[in-house]
Amino acid sequence: MQVLYGRHHVRVFRFGLRLVRDEQVAEDLISEVFLDVWRQAGKFEGRSAVSTWLLAITRFKALSALRRRKDVELDDEAANAIEDTSDDPEVAVQKKDTSGALRKCMTALSPEHREIVDLVYYHEKSVEEVAEIVGIPENTVKTRLFYARKKLAELLKAAGLERGWP
Amino acid sequence: MMATSKKILEQEPSEIEMLLPWHAAGTLNARDARRVDEALARDPELARQYAVIREEYAETIHLNESLGAPSARAMAKLFAAIDGEPVRKPSLSVSLSARTSEFFARLSPRTLAWSASLGAVALLLQAGVIGAVLMKNQTGSFQTASLSLNEPSAAPITRDLSSSVAPTRALVRSAPEARIADITALLDNYQASIVDGAKGGMFRLQFGNKAMSKDEVAGLLARLQREKIVSLAVATP
Repeated sequence: MQVLYGRHHVRVFRFGLRLVRDEQVAEDLISEVFLDVWRQAGKFEGRSAVSTWLLAITRFKALSALRRRKDVELDDEAANAIEDTSDDPEVAVQKKDTSGALRKCMTALSPEHREIVDLVYYHEKSVEEVAEIVGIPENTVKTRLFYARKKLAELLKAAGLERGWP
Repeated sequence: MMATSKKILEQEPSEIEMLLPWHAAGTLNARDARRVDEALARDPELARQYAVIREEYAETIHLNESLGAPSARAMAKLFAAIDGEPVRKPSLSVSLSARTSEFFARLSPRTLAWSASLGAVALLLQAGVIGAVLMKNQTGSFQTASLSLNEPSAAPITRDLSSSVAPTRALVRSAPEARIADITALLDNYQASIVDGAKGGMFRLQFGNKAMSKDEVAGLLARLQREKIVSLAVATP
């Protein structure tokens, strides 16, 4: 369990944090996730990668935690707290503006768009794996990411940034 | 003939267009990756959209890496809870061989080929380093083995892209048509070594042993991006 925790807890934490937007809640979440893994290890049949299994459990628990909270919708304060940490003073000036705006707009996406962007780009999950984690058909996975990207482009355009697409 | 990408946003996106993010992340199977490559080669509009996607891909990694890690409290809480659980035999290791087979079966041929090729190069490099260290440090003492979470095997799987710390490192994804000889030549030309492998054919390379200025790093990445066998190169700590 220590090795499993050691290898996966950071990614599980980050995935959970992007969903619940509260570090304390995200930390509680990973304890619950790995405790569930400890309890249900016998049910893991190896049909998917361990990380896929962990992310699916994390998502389920994050949504449960969100349901328990009243402030499910984007909280500006929480969003700012997250986006501020993404500022990288070492990024070149021109790149910095674009990067900062892009990351800021990413935090402003809806939870379902955020999770699909993270699963594909950061957690490197295939169409099939995302479908398994989110519990939606594979075609829906593809269209959802497309429209998440389209929404991101709209947010950037509203912020005055044109990237050549759409 | 209709272009692969759709210029009118109200139209439904094409199948190829929807696969672009997975192509950027290197998680498509060989057949789909080839279809996307062919479409990118003949459709400039699609290629432009792909460039935007690669930017999104890099920034998503930056954003997630900036989120930090949980405190030790989470781990303490977990293991206290486990200590409070009834005694059980964790069976996570059941059918390890079956899951190992499953894991390799799930990799796309491109990823598998790349992993194998670069894995071989990494092994050779490691063998050289280990050999050199052993030759240099033969002291006759010994150490016992013990589990430590500080060991690389237990290190968290993350995808650092945030701060730049010496020496210079980059996450590099190679083009599908690259051969092992090309990779070896690339490593030689850039005095680079593979320090970490990851899913999706993405590997972390280290360039020399000294820190570079931001301009040097930018120049290095630009040169790498122009390499025929490199499909993506981004800075990483």
